[in-house]
Amino acid sequence: MRLLAREALLSFRRAPLLSALSVTTIAFSLFTLGLFGLVAINLRQELRGLEERVEIVAFILRGTPAETTTLASQDIAAFPEVQEVGFVTEAQALARARAELVEFKDAYRDLQVNPLPASIEVRLKEGYRDAATVESVAQRLRGFEFVDDVRFGREWVEKLDHLRNITGVVGLVIGLAFAGVAVVIIGVTIRLTLLQRAREISIMRLVGATNWFIRGPFLLEGALKGLLGGLVSVALCYAAYLLFRDWGGGTFAGLIFFRPEHLLFIVLFGVLLGLVGSLVSVGRHLRNV
Amino acid sequence: MIRLSHVYKSYPNGALALKDVSFRVNRGEFVFLTGHSGAGKSTILKLLFAEQKPTTGEVRVSGYNVSTLRVDEIPKLRRRLGVVFQDFRLLEDRTAAENVAFALEVTGGRGDTIAARVTRVLSQVGLAAKSRAYPRELSGGEQQRVAIARALVNDPAILVADEPTGNLDERATRGVFQLLRDINAGGTVIVMATHDLDLVRQAAYRTIELRDGGVVFDSVVDESDAAETAGAE
Repeated sequence: MRLLAREALLSFRRAPLLSALSVTTIAFSLFTLGLFGLVAINLRQELRGLEERVEIVAFILRGTPAETTTLASQDIAAFPEVQEVGFVTEAQALARARAELVEFKDAYRDLQVNPLPASIEVRLKEGYRDAATVESVAQRLRGFEFVDDVRFGREWVEKLDHLRNITGVVGLVIGLAFAGVAVVIIGVTIRLTLLQRAREISIMRLVGATNWFIRGPFLLEGALKGLLGGLVSVALCYAAYLLFRDWGGGTFAGLIFFRPEHLLFIVLFGVLLGLVGSLVSVGRHLRNV
Repeated sequence: MIRLSHVYKSYPNGALALKDVSFRVNRGEFVFLTGHSGAGKSTILKLLFAEQKPTTGEVRVSGYNVSTLRVDEIPKLRRRLGVVFQDFRLLEDRTAAENVAFALEVTGGRGDTIAARVTRVLSQVGLAAKSRAYPRELSGGEQQRVAIARALVNDPAILVADEPTGNLDERATRGVFQLLRDINAGGTVIVMATHDLDLVRQAAYRTIELRDGGVVFDSVVDESDAAETAGAE
């Protein structure tokens, strides 16, 4: 075991430039991946904020008794998708319109009769704010006799859906591409080390070292490089995060950073990439010796 | 200890390196393999340490059947053999002692016994005083002695040497050859490929001569092998 660690560490000392190069390339691959991850989690955070504003409004026919709407509100609140149900009276609707629609202030002030209907406002639980669920809840609301019309900004909800899907796909594709690049780079650097140490390996085989014994130091070396690369990339990601948060003049003040389990994942992913890269490279080389 | 029966070896390009080679080497023997370059000497040695497998025929070494050896069994066979080459194959960035210790370390030798075993075997080859020298600080003969020490450190039953004196001057050649004779006197089987006929004449050891991949002369004909060959014909 000591020999294994010594041999793995020795390769760093024998070829410091090459080792630094591989650690750097892994770090930058993971850094790019990490940056994308940061964008993704922040985008998701923002989307969640937008999603919270997804609201279904059911306008109520004039003259509907208050008890009817109260009972109906209770029924609606019991829908599994529904997080919150609010009731807005005609007077409240007018007051809100006066406050929010300043440009029509004069028009609302001179009104003799309140033209705005009362409404039931429905917010959905997280995870149910997609176009299909919104539509299905709206459909059920339309089923109530006292409901005149239901609005929920269909286009808006559909766009949100679309955006969510695109981020997911783009993230996956870019992530996989970078993981592939990292594996190739690690494979190449390990292969260079292998060629550099071909003589040593041939002697190891000659005196009866097992293949796993020969592979061991290279796998450990790959894993170590992956670990170092992962740690460096996490540091770079944090630096980039701080830079954006403090530099954006408040625009990015709300940026969030990875949770500890995300960071652990990035570092472990680096280790995994290092292992896979060296395993592929060593496997191919040992067949050829 | 070693037995080859009707061994053929052909390479992917169609070249036939060995043609119907059969011989047997018994415990305690010292055998010269002679012949011109390309006669098949090195191929036979490669079969012995399982670097290659025969195309047909059977190669048995120290109880292992090389023809059917699994990949994970090759290291086991090699631990019972010592191999020495013309170009020494030492690690330039390690001292003589470290080169020898390397063979023990990579085969899982116990750490606390390594130093003692290295010292013992370096004394055996006459290099105790130069254990801390790097290969570049040693003469060709001394480097070959380090290589022999490395081959011996695992106490092999068989020592395979491919032109071990090919790169050495006359004096160093004599020294290395004497060392091999001493090792053989201790009971280790030695199979040595060489084209140095002066060396072959110096000692009355068994000589197997190869030409174009076939055995053309064997100074000791094993009767059972002869019978086998006759039977095959």
